[in-house]
Amino acid sequence: MSKKELISKVGLRLDGRRADELRRIRCKLGVFSEPDGSAYIEQGLTKVLAAVYGPHQVRGSRLKAQADAVIINCQFSMAVFSTSERKKRPRGDRKSTEMSLHLRQALLAAIEVEKYPWSQIDIYVEVLHADGGIFPACVNAATLALIDAGIPLKEYVCACTASVANNNQPMVDISHEEEILGGPTLTIVALPMCEKIVLMEMSRRFHLDHLQLVLEKALEGCKNTKNILDQAVHNHIIDVGASTGWASTGEKVKR
Amino acid sequence: MHTTKVFLKRNKIGNYLKHAREHYIRDDIYCGFESCDKCIRASSNLSSKHVNKCELFQKNHYLILDTNVILDQIDVLEEDVLGNVIILNTVLKEVKHRNMPIYKRLISIIENGSRHFYIFINDYHKDTYLKQETTELVNDYNDRCIRKACSWYAKHIPSENFVLLTEDKDNRLIAQNEGISSYSIVEYVQNLPKNTNLMDKLAKKEYQEKLNAADIFPPHLTMLEIDGGIKAGRLYQGTFRASRDNFLEGSVNIESFEDDIIIRGYNNLNRVIDGDLVAVQVFEKDHWVSPSELVLEDDTINALDDNLEKKELELSKQPASKKNIKPTGKVVGIIKRKWRQYCGILQEGSAGVYHLFVPADKKIPKIRIETRQAETLKSQKIIVAIDSWPRNSRYPNGHFVRALGKIGDMKTENEVILLEHDVPHSQFSEEVLNCLPKLPWAITEEDEKVRVDLRSIDICSVDPPGCTDIDDALHCRPIDDNKLEVGVHIADVSHFIRPYTALDEEAAARSTTVYLVNKRIDMVPDLLSSNLCSLRGGEERFAFSCIWEMDHNANILHTRFHKSIIKSKRAMTYEEAQLTVDDKSQTGSLAQSLRNLNKLAKLLKMRRMDNGALVLASPEVKIMMDSETHDPIDVEVKKLFETNSMVEEFMLLANISVAEKILSDFPDCAVLRRHPEPPAINLEPLVKAGKHLGFEMNMESGKKLAESLDKAARDDNPYLNTMLRILATRCMLQAVYFASGTLQKYEYFHYGLAVPLYTHFTSPIRRYADILVHRLLAISCHADATYPDLMDKKKTAELCHNMNYRHRMAQYAGRASVALNTHLFFKGKIQDEKGYILYVRKNALQVLIPKYGLECTLYLGKKDQKLDIFTYNEENQTQTCGDIVFHAFDPVTIRLSIDSKNIQHEKFVLQLVHPSVEGFSVPPLDAEMAEQEVPQKKRKK
Repeated sequence: MSKKELISKVGLRLDGRRADELRRIRCKLGVFSEPDGSAYIEQGLTKVLAAVYGPHQVRGSRLKAQADAVIINCQFSMAVFSTSERKKRPRGDRKSTEMSLHLRQALLAAIEVEKYPWSQIDIYVEVLHADGGIFPACVNAATLALIDAGIPLKEYVCACTASVANNNQPMVDISHEEEILGGPTLTIVALPMCEKIVLMEMSRRFHLDHLQLVLEKALEGCKNTKNILDQAVHNHIIDVGASTGWASTGEKVKR
Repeated sequence: MHTTKVFLKRNKIGNYLKHAREHYIRDDIYCGFESCDKCIRASSNLSSKHVNKCELFQKNHYLILDTNVILDQIDVLEEDVLGNVIILNTVLKEVKHRNMPIYKRLISIIENGSRHFYIFINDYHKDTYLKQETTELVNDYNDRCIRKACSWYAKHIPSENFVLLTEDKDNRLIAQNEGISSYSIVEYVQNLPKNTNLMDKLAKKEYQEKLNAADIFPPHLTMLEIDGGIKAGRLYQGTFRASRDNFLEGSVNIESFEDDIIIRGYNNLNRVIDGDLVAVQVFEKDHWVSPSELVLEDDTINALDDNLEKKELELSKQPASKKNIKPTGKVVGIIKRKWRQYCGILQEGSAGVYHLFVPADKKIPKIRIETRQAETLKSQKIIVAIDSWPRNSRYPNGHFVRALGKIGDMKTENEVILLEHDVPHSQFSEEVLNCLPKLPWAITEEDEKVRVDLRSIDICSVDPPGCTDIDDALHCRPIDDNKLEVGVHIADVSHFIRPYTALDEEAAARSTTVYLVNKRIDMVPDLLSSNLCSLRGGEERFAFSCIWEMDHNANILHTRFHKSIIKSKRAMTYEEAQLTVDDKSQTGSLAQSLRNLNKLAKLLKMRRMDNGALVLASPEVKIMMDSETHDPIDVEVKKLFETNSMVEEFMLLANISVAEKILSDFPDCAVLRRHPEPPAINLEPLVKAGKHLGFEMNMESGKKLAESLDKAARDDNPYLNTMLRILATRCMLQAVYFASGTLQKYEYFHYGLAVPLYTHFTSPIRRYADILVHRLLAISCHADATYPDLMDKKKTAELCHNMNYRHRMAQYAGRASVALNTHLFFKGKIQDEKGYILYVRKNALQVLIPKYGLECTLYLGKKDQKLDIFTYNEENQTQTCGDIVFHAFDPVTIRLSIDSKNIQHEKFVLQLVHPSVEGFSVPPLDAEMAEQEVPQKKRKK
């Protein structure tokens, strides 16, 4: 028997959440002035910054430029202080290259690439603190940053993790502690409104009986995340609009 | 709401890391009261109808318990008296952290709705959550949380009274100052009406009587000192094992030492009890001693006086032979107690409320308990739990838990055996029984579609007489001139026991059927074990078949597995089968196939032996019971027929074939069985014994060992070879189940059988491992679907761990039951029997009597003092008296009787008959005299 039960006798997880509850999400758009778009997101203790440059002219070799689509360039990195153990994290190591690649794939599904031929969009994400669910937080942050940059998206692209607890009960939004103690983790990137799954990744193999349950949980998590992001975007627009005057619809700014 | 916990933790390498964890504080937690309208409702067992009657209070009240109350007084809580108890989550977590078995018992109380226990999640509740101060100790913090919850309840539901029970004086005082009514559990129970039973069950740390006695033990080190000592390499950590023969000695197994550390003497043992995890300090080399050859028993009757010192002296007098010294040390601290409940009896000879309790397990010291029911308990077997062992007390303090029944009563004795070996033996619950198929059970067309119909084939089963759980059947038929088809058909238990049912969980928990002499504790309910799954003669049953095509030289040409429907033609006993094989006049197809099977089995066996499989021996006996009185009427060694070996060979073959199949399909999670090669050190006694007798024991490999065992025979002592094999069996390690993904491939080897892969497939009715193997195999041959837990190697490993434990315990329980019945059989009898010396000790000979499978101690001289006429030679392991020399394995004749002087503790008494030693042995007993004497004895009683 594993020592710690992920969902206790009384139905709470180690940090006091129930199985289908997300961690607290706090986010902010437009945190930097230099990039064209930027966002900061906190999912539980996981903290991610995202910045978007572009669309701009293709840098470097012009040969890469495409006639029918924009080039998307993603770069993932983790701050040295992001985990409990300080580690030098060279850029371009296997993990971050893979993360960058996945991120690009996820965002490609939402960005209307055909709108900007011969040009390029750069997306930088930096993990400030890692406490489980790094990749979903990056996707969500990148989405917000893209919105902040005013790049047309088909819809929100949201991500979420899910896993199974000791008693075969699915649970959503896995923290670092749960990742270590528990079984395999499923990460999903989805377009929540049309319920399309963009990307799916398993840390280990799931049993077929579990997969459906976990998948549903993760999708549900994506939808809930989308609602929260949506609210944040609304607030941001009202905020921005209030200072310039064009959005003074009288709606109260909620924070 | 939301907060974070930040703490520092050391990782494995020794670096300090900072961890931050989230902690969500909720506003949707229910207080558990029906009358409450402020909380969001959820289910709760608290009931306004239950009334706690305690004279301390006028009104009904609710109890809130501190952790220490639960840990110490779980026996009181299990009594159906206290109700409306609120268990705080803080407390629940601490209990779980500190003591898993007690946690499980607490959970079962909480889940019992009629007890009205409720878990209140105080640590996530918005009003009762407290932040731990940076300098606050965990204990103080928990106490603060508990008090906070109490005062919150008082404010939240002002109409009710809440009482905090805690053993911690300081906590009680602070609570009272804060206006929370708080008592100790002792005060509370004392004021309950009709409390004698509960009073006995209260655990007490200190006894009034001895409160002021001088300390007799050195103090234990604190946890901090132990930690420091271990890190600095001054102390070592290991599990203490008490010696069975000598109560003043034990050993601690420590990883960094090759030999166990010997702990000798009362002060050095320092209140350690068998199984405890301890910290040991090892002495300088010149204080090391050799393991004692003495057999010592604690026969102090009265707690005060002591021949303890005398015995210690005797022990220390022992000449320290320089050769055999082993590291010696003393216990300086206890890291973790492994106390459990012990069965035993009250020792006679003390009056008042304080009594000594004598555990049935010789490795456990006597325990002092307080009871007011001594008169009734004297004739009973009782269970006692240890509470503490203060420095000023020679014995640990404990409390009475419950009585099992009259001493000597078969039912009580069986209960004792089952409890001592932790065998789950309660009735199957309603929930489990609901999982059984409904009768009348019939084979449907659907079943016929998915199974191969083998009803027309002549299949038969061969088992011991009286067997009702028949799980295997065989057949053999020629296909063409050169080929035979051999089938092993195993009861398809996994068809009835589906994963994730209560039935499956129960079976997994029990893991094995336990056979006592006159009782069988089934793993699965009777309906399955002796009816639907049992392959009875003439009835249609589901089976899992393993079918080989073989040539006449027993080479396997093809193997296949499938589920089938069979109809056994006949359920035979080994004896019947043997007769059928031998009786040439029988030419029926059944006889024919048995003969073929027998022939193949011999070939298989020969091949197995050539590969180096060991033939081991253990003295196994069968006890004949009187069918009406259930008293043992005779003890005999189990008879073996050729057919025994025939069935065994095919079962082995089936197991091996299945093991290969499931491993190839499930390299990660196959349930296999391995038998590790015994380390050289284990085999030393065997090598030594062989040397004394002039045989060279070659230990290089299983094959070499098997060969040297075969060679070691002497014509003048035909039993000698068997004795050596018995000794060899004891040197072996246990075979164990494991999940294939958890070990390296070369570790899968089965040493005893000399096969690279092995598993258990053939007895699913009585072993859970076989059910798992059946499920895996069913998936392999597309007869069933997987389920998550089966594919998870961690979960499989957990199951294997439990199966190994239960399996071992079941074996011990079975042996204990045989021993008990042999005892009963000898009651009032005196017999001369032939025996063989198994070991030579300093003051005793260990004698094996093969006829009864008995192993007894023949003390050379009165207890404690050895007769001078014997000279002990440690080097050669002999005892010499005049010109008579006792070697190990020498035959002796022994007079056997039972010492019934002490009704509570009967013992075998041995006297030497042959060879006769003047002044020690007794003249042989004539058959006539024996007969005369037996009735005499009976009359005396």
